[in-house]
Amino acid sequence: MSGHDSKYFSTTKKGEIPELKEELNSQYKDKRKDAVKKVIAAMTVGKDVSSLFTDVVNCMQTENLELKKLVYLYLINYAKSQPDLAILAVNTFVKDSQDPNPLIRALAVRTMGCIRVDKITEYLCDPLQRCLKDDDPYVRKTAAICVAKLYDINAELVEDRGFLEALKDLISDNNPMVVANAVAALAEIQDSSVRPIFEITSHTLSKLLTALNECTEWGQVFILDSLSRYKAPDAREAENIVERVTPRLQHANCAVVLSAVKIILLQMELITSTDVVRNLCKKMAPPLVTLLSAEPEIQYVALRNINLIVQKRPTILAHEIKVFFCKYNDPIYVKMEKLEIMIKLASDRNIDQVLLEFKEYATEVDVDFVRKAVRAIGRCAIKLERAAERYESIIATLCESLDTLDEPEAKASMIWIIGEYAERIDNADELLESFLETFPEEPALVQLQLLTATVKLFLKKPTEGPQQMIQAVLNNATVETDNPDLRDRAYIYWRLLSTDPEAAKDVVLAEKPVISDDSNQLDSSLLDELLANISTLSSVYHKPPESFVSRVKTAPRTDDEEFADTAEPGYSESPSQGVDGASPSSSAGTSSNVPVKQPAAASPPAAMPDLLGDLMGMDNAIVPIDEPAAPSGPPLPVLLPSTTGQGLQISAQLTRRDGQIYYDISFDNGTQGVLDGFMIQFNKNTFGLAAGEALKVPSLQPGTSARTLLQMVPFQNISPGAPNSVLQVAVKNNQQPVWYFSDKIPLHVFFGEDGKMERTSFLEAWKSLPDDHEFTKEFPGSVISSIDATVERLAASNVFFIAKRKNANMDVLYLSAKMPRGIPFLIEITAAVGVPGVKCAVKTPNKEMVPLFFETMEAITK
Amino acid sequence: MPVAASAIYFLNLRGDVLINRLYRDDVGGNMVDAFRMHIMQTKELGTCPVRQIGGCSFLYMRISNVYIVIVVSSNANVACAFKFVVEAVALFKSYFGGAFDEDAIRNNFVLIYELLDEIMDFGYPQNLSPEILKLYITQEGVRSPFSSKASDKPVPNATLQVTGAVGWRREGLMYKKNEVFLDIVESVNLLMSSKGSVLRCDVTGKILMKCFLSGMPDLKLGLNDKIGLEKEAQLKSRPTKSGKTIELDDVTFHQCVNLTRFNSEKTVSFVPPDGEFELMKYRITEGVNLPFRVLPTIKELGRTRMEINVKVKSVFGAKMFALGVVVKVPVPKQTAKTSFQTTSGKAKYNASIDSLVWKIRKFPGQTEATMSAEVELISTMGEKKSWNRPPIQMEFQVPMFTASGLRVRFLKVWEKSGYNTVEWVRYITRAGSYEIRC
Repeated sequence: MSGHDSKYFSTTKKGEIPELKEELNSQYKDKRKDAVKKVIAAMTVGKDVSSLFTDVVNCMQTENLELKKLVYLYLINYAKSQPDLAILAVNTFVKDSQDPNPLIRALAVRTMGCIRVDKITEYLCDPLQRCLKDDDPYVRKTAAICVAKLYDINAELVEDRGFLEALKDLISDNNPMVVANAVAALAEIQDSSVRPIFEITSHTLSKLLTALNECTEWGQVFILDSLSRYKAPDAREAENIVERVTPRLQHANCAVVLSAVKIILLQMELITSTDVVRNLCKKMAPPLVTLLSAEPEIQYVALRNINLIVQKRPTILAHEIKVFFCKYNDPIYVKMEKLEIMIKLASDRNIDQVLLEFKEYATEVDVDFVRKAVRAIGRCAIKLERAAERYESIIATLCESLDTLDEPEAKASMIWIIGEYAERIDNADELLESFLETFPEEPALVQLQLLTATVKLFLKKPTEGPQQMIQAVLNNATVETDNPDLRDRAYIYWRLLSTDPEAAKDVVLAEKPVISDDSNQLDSSLLDELLANISTLSSVYHKPPESFVSRVKTAPRTDDEEFADTAEPGYSESPSQGVDGASPSSSAGTSSNVPVKQPAAASPPAAMPDLLGDLMGMDNAIVPIDEPAAPSGPPLPVLLPSTTGQGLQISAQLTRRDGQIYYDISFDNGTQGVLDGFMIQFNKNTFGLAAGEALKVPSLQPGTSARTLLQMVPFQNISPGAPNSVLQVAVKNNQQPVWYFSDKIPLHVFFGEDGKMERTSFLEAWKSLPDDHEFTKEFPGSVISSIDATVERLAASNVFFIAKRKNANMDVLYLSAKMPRGIPFLIEITAAVGVPGVKCAVKTPNKEMVPLFFETMEAITK
Repeated sequence: MPVAASAIYFLNLRGDVLINRLYRDDVGGNMVDAFRMHIMQTKELGTCPVRQIGGCSFLYMRISNVYIVIVVSSNANVACAFKFVVEAVALFKSYFGGAFDEDAIRNNFVLIYELLDEIMDFGYPQNLSPEILKLYITQEGVRSPFSSKASDKPVPNATLQVTGAVGWRREGLMYKKNEVFLDIVESVNLLMSSKGSVLRCDVTGKILMKCFLSGMPDLKLGLNDKIGLEKEAQLKSRPTKSGKTIELDDVTFHQCVNLTRFNSEKTVSFVPPDGEFELMKYRITEGVNLPFRVLPTIKELGRTRMEINVKVKSVFGAKMFALGVVVKVPVPKQTAKTSFQTTSGKAKYNASIDSLVWKIRKFPGQTEATMSAEVELISTMGEKKSWNRPPIQMEFQVPMFTASGLRVRFLKVWEKSGYNTVEWVRYITRAGSYEIRC
């Protein structure tokens, strides 16, 4: 039998809110309860019922636990939008936290922690203090988590009221679930603090290991995860920990198993006895394999982790390759991961079986999977030389299916094979000849391969047939074509062959470098970091946590003062420290109500160098009068780190000001001596950007820096080929070698101030461009938090707003921009405010610029 | 960090929110829109269960016609999150009496809200044992074994039991007749190549238990597994009895089993939850007795005709029989006409799964059955790609048979009152993924 709550969702449309209001104030208990249920149902489907706040809160004073819980749920959802009214609930909360029924005490403390309203937080402290010392373990375990909630709202309050100490006391609680929750709370608080709060000593270690045996499966996960930070002092303790943790491998909960594996792998690093290590590897294999019979989503998590584990300890699963064979009905994400692991486990012993499997997969339906399977065969060949020796026998088979090749890449690869192995293919000349007939129609990629293959064939078999072929090809490639790459290559071969055929052999038939398969192999330090994060998102993404989690660590107040003290002398002695704005003092200074001690953090960092220069009476004024004033603004990206530049650091960025393009560049002299005579040069680039004037940088004293704006002119030295955004720069001075670095050209510096279009001309231009000139791209990382701010930001980059409309919950913006030489960009941006993900569509006559355009738009909207 | 979730959403297939609960403040309430826009409405759906959009990660699962989506912004424990979802669904099922789907959620939304508040706090999973939760979370709409006697007054020591060392069993149970039912259920998984060689083969088994025992009994289970027997012989210093022993590759236990004791003494000892639960799971790869052999021959006669011949042999004891045997033989999409001959059972063509489905209700041991079929295909123009042959799949169950050879040797029950118990043991083997490539 099942419930019939769905009736609460069906309400009369007319006058719903007033009707509910009336029912909430009914004198009958049952009616009130039904009304609250209706309110919750409305809240669930997304209706705004916040106007009923007072009426719902009035129902809070009730003996009925179910009703009370519903009211609390309502409070959690709406207290934030009605902070002033939320205070009405405080009295009941405080009263409930002293109720004789432990369930109600815990409920009150749990709910209060979820209401993030400052005024309520203050009232939370006393009940929390009581509940942390409650007689009932259920209340204590709830209170433990509540401390973590409070820390998230107001860290100082937690420290002031001594809740951290109370929490640490709970680690010695006699109830294992209280211990587990206290550990979870402490670990979380430690994560968001820079100060050591929760350090595991050998004393706590033994307590935690004991609690491990008794607490719930989830509690075991909390404890194991917090133990993974513990570094054992020696091999003996490491072995001891491992011994206590190993039984967890038999747990039915996959999270317990993976967390146990994590600890064992970490402690194994310390264990020196090879017997113990071998034994542990043997014990870990079966539980890992068992994870593959769980739900597919859990299998996926397990496989991503196993991928890491076999990179570190290949022996663990060396004999288990069969369990990674794909089942026909496995979801595609499971198949892909299994394939990756099969490649990693492939060895001389099992390669025959593995290849048979790959062959089987190569006939499946899913194109991506088939591609990966075929590639897997190649990767195994590279990995295992023995397997590779047999490849030659396949050439004949490949040659038979030449006709079926239709993709240019495939054709080009096949032609390369014919040329490379010409001496082993009897009819190589015939095969190549058949391609030559269509030479002029082939894509450039195939033409280049044909040219090279014919030359190879000629060098290997200098007979009459090939000689005629080479004549024809060279003629075709030099006279008939207008592709400069092909022509140039043909000329080189021609000259090589005519001047010195032996040299041609050395060049064309040179020995190939050994190829190795290091794709998907992680760097060992990254691997270790990921292994320490087994079972977490980090191990699934194969990325370190900080690359996808942006969590601000709060520095507790007491430490601020210490930091400030140490920062002060640094400030007066070496100005560079105050400039970079990233010294610990300023990050600590972000915490509220801290007296700002250092002026460095208060004044804009960019204004510092010249100011200090004047104060310190340097003989060179940093900004000569005839130059544009030193630019200010956000710090520039570092392009030449001082470690590379032998102490010289260069930061730069292209900007547009008053219709001119400038290179905003800054030099930091971290060397021991004076640097002078700075010169700059730019390599050919897509936009032909070059310096429009000489670089004016004064001689730099040690420890000082200079920032200048260098005027740039476009369309000087244009590099051919597909457009790209690379700007290669060379800088030299009288003391050091020439420094090379490369920068990115943001396309928007070319957007003209005259890019604004009228509505009508926009519409006409949009219609006049054919549809294949329209391109779309998603920027998943971009968020539009307010339309106005985005429009303003875009306008600052000369992308002008024209019109906007609403489509369902999405906003659609129309904008325009213009490049020099009259190239317009007609832009449509679609996004929902506040939701990550922006869709950008563009129409422009110049298709080649589209990738660069998207790059710059993504950067602006980020 | 062991956090598993910042928010949890239950969505129907259209993407409407059925129910949601925000546990933390670090994800916005409208994050689910991003999930709808970038995963549900795109081809991404089903390509990967863990996705990052903006600053948030989405972990999702589909169960019947419901998507369960977990949103996190920190480096959460993914295994923990997925396992939490699986367990939560099991809990809901046990409350609703079986079904978990869109309707069940709508009909029980008040109860689900209440449970979501109880089983996870600030993103940390708490006690999810149905047995204990039913002590103090009850709904009139739901039939609960305790609601008749204790619905109005909360059980006085419920909180102690939630957090207690035996967090899965309540105290003071009384049964007139003390009984234990053991079901050994094995799934045999096979992947056989077209040439008849076994590519992989394993058995995943579970021991399901139904306990109706009074008080706080201590149970000990003995199996015919090699390590357990050796250890026992060693402890009692007496040679192992002869007889078939089997080697378990891996075992996992319900949280009631004392793992430390299993690790040192190799005995399975536990205080069981009341009612039904899964005591242990195991996996075996060596010495598996395959209950069926399948010998297919498929001939493509030209481009429009196929001849299929499948012979199935039962290789278990002659006194036993298999039930519900189904053999699914895939055929190309352009199948037009089929004709069959079978020695037993019935066969027909099922166009929705592009397979010939041959069903045999009862299949005695040590016998064989064959099906021969002729398939005519519509000739298609220019369809050059050859048909990729998916594997033949088989379903069956064989009562009183274990593919692994596992046997229960004893089940001992101790309780301080010293009552007698009646034990019942059943064995059954089912097809897991039983695939034969052809």
